[in-house]
Amino acid sequence: MHEAMIEATGLSKRYGEAYALRDVSFRVNKGEVLGFLGPNGAGKTTTMKLLTCFMAPSAGTARVNGCDIGSDSLGARAAIGYLPESTPLYTEMLVNDYLEFAGQMRGLKGHPLVKAMRRVIEQASLGDVLGKSIGQLSKGYRQRVGLAQALIHEPPILILDEPMSGLDPNQAVEIRDVIRDIGKERTVILSTHNLAEVQVTCGRVLIIAKGRLVADDTPDTLQARAGQVLLEVEVLSEGTNATALESLLASLPSMRQVQVSADKEAGLLRAVLTPAAGHDGAGHAARAAVFRAVSGAGLTLVGLRQLQGSLEQVFRELTLSGPQSSTAPKAQSATDIGEAETIDAASSDDAEDR
Amino acid sequence: MQHTLTIARRQFRAYFDGPVAYIVVCTALLILGAFFWNTFFLFGRATAREMFNFLPIIMILGAPAMTMNLLAEEKRTGTIELLATMPIRDSAIIVGKFLGVLGLYAVMLALTLTYPYSVARLGDLDWGPVITGYLGLLLQGGAMLALGLLASSWTQNQIVAYFVGASLCFGFWIIDRFIVFMPAGVASVFEWLSFDYHFQSMARGVIDTRDVIYFLSVIGLSLGLAFRSLESRRWS
Repeated sequence: MHEAMIEATGLSKRYGEAYALRDVSFRVNKGEVLGFLGPNGAGKTTTMKLLTCFMAPSAGTARVNGCDIGSDSLGARAAIGYLPESTPLYTEMLVNDYLEFAGQMRGLKGHPLVKAMRRVIEQASLGDVLGKSIGQLSKGYRQRVGLAQALIHEPPILILDEPMSGLDPNQAVEIRDVIRDIGKERTVILSTHNLAEVQVTCGRVLIIAKGRLVADDTPDTLQARAGQVLLEVEVLSEGTNATALESLLASLPSMRQVQVSADKEAGLLRAVLTPAAGHDGAGHAARAAVFRAVSGAGLTLVGLRQLQGSLEQVFRELTLSGPQSSTAPKAQSATDIGEAETIDAASSDDAEDR
Repeated sequence: MQHTLTIARRQFRAYFDGPVAYIVVCTALLILGAFFWNTFFLFGRATAREMFNFLPIIMILGAPAMTMNLLAEEKRTGTIELLATMPIRDSAIIVGKFLGVLGLYAVMLALTLTYPYSVARLGDLDWGPVITGYLGLLLQGGAMLALGLLASSWTQNQIVAYFVGASLCFGFWIIDRFIVFMPAGVASVFEWLSFDYHFQSMARGVIDTRDVIYFLSVIGLSLGLAFRSLESRRWS
């Protein structure tokens, strides 16, 4: 049994009559990186504010590192490094002074403080900007200062509210690497909209919608719920045509459905195959069969990749589904699935390159 | 306690990182200087009484300028979220902020010492009332700063914090000017509530513990209410 670093039971938060969070329970074990997903206003930030003791729950409670957030909030807070949404920092302060202040607030002084500052400056690569005021820094650097202050007391738990938002892709990758590094030895909870980010960074995902927890699983399992893996085949259109290719691929016993489209400009035929029941599109047998069929017919195979059902799909299904409005979201998700597929095709391209 | 001082130190330094400290202190010294030397040469009296009459009026406008950002700005930018999730009590935040701004005020008071010092060089100054007067200024100013901090805890808007703070300070300062219109019982209560009533005796050289306790109570009460206001975020 893993050691629970965070254990929330029945957490609820009410603003007046409206529930921002309703009966949410979960646990996070030591060394886990947990992704918190949900549409805006779903209750992610509220949950984080409750765990960090910024606000008190209307009902329910949580234990953070064994400390109750109500009765031992100082103990709970001491165990947490927190980066609030949009990284609020004292913009007029120098980076170095700010880190010193953060360390002092965590009870560090003298040599341990200097050592801790040196450590976080290295972890967050802040060496170049120590003498600058925080207000002058780019968003990416500011985010790193925020991370550095959250790490200064080596907390066993890190809570990061949208650490990647507003960053350009390069900055996002840098921050992600820092977080992954941290996640090796600490428990991390981070919230995000970026589903690709979750797949790369998090070992487990909580999806929250309208204040309720709707999923608690690994990204892979959630993805599996999005349905089967499809195959995309690209063949040079020389010496063949769409109909011929379609009948060739449809003759494969492992494929249930074939859709062929022609890309005249590129001189390509593109087919999307749906594996038949009992056949796994993810395994290599399906791809081998396609290759043999295509090369056996004397055609030139130039592309063969898996299209995965995406986390986006699951996310939409879980967060949009409501008993009263079942038709509208469905129509929307039908068009969105197309997008999701292209995104995934691109990311599996990346995987092949590596 | 350590944390309180850390917050106070940061707050104090933040004033000098921005323009606020310089503007408030310089303006106060300029106005004070103008009025002070006018009366000094006009009446030819070697006393600091004039300064003790003007500084409270300046502070009605100056104190809320020093305090308006203390909590309002932290709430607006969200930095309060980082501060209040540190393993410290909310009271440490309030007291730390108060001590920080009190430090700025103390610097300003120290700079005004040049006026009585100059007078002492020119004439025969009685330092007794000057010292008690400064103690009175520190207490009365502290009470105004505490009221300003309280106003800052009620809003995210610095301008609102300024005007509410200034109104509170003005109200406590002027409350005894209305007593002419009031029945005797109420009048004495109002008089007792007034800053000026308690300050004047100190400016004359008398230290009455009741006056000291009065100002300390106003400070304590204001900080207590500010603490409640900061804490209320948790259940709102």
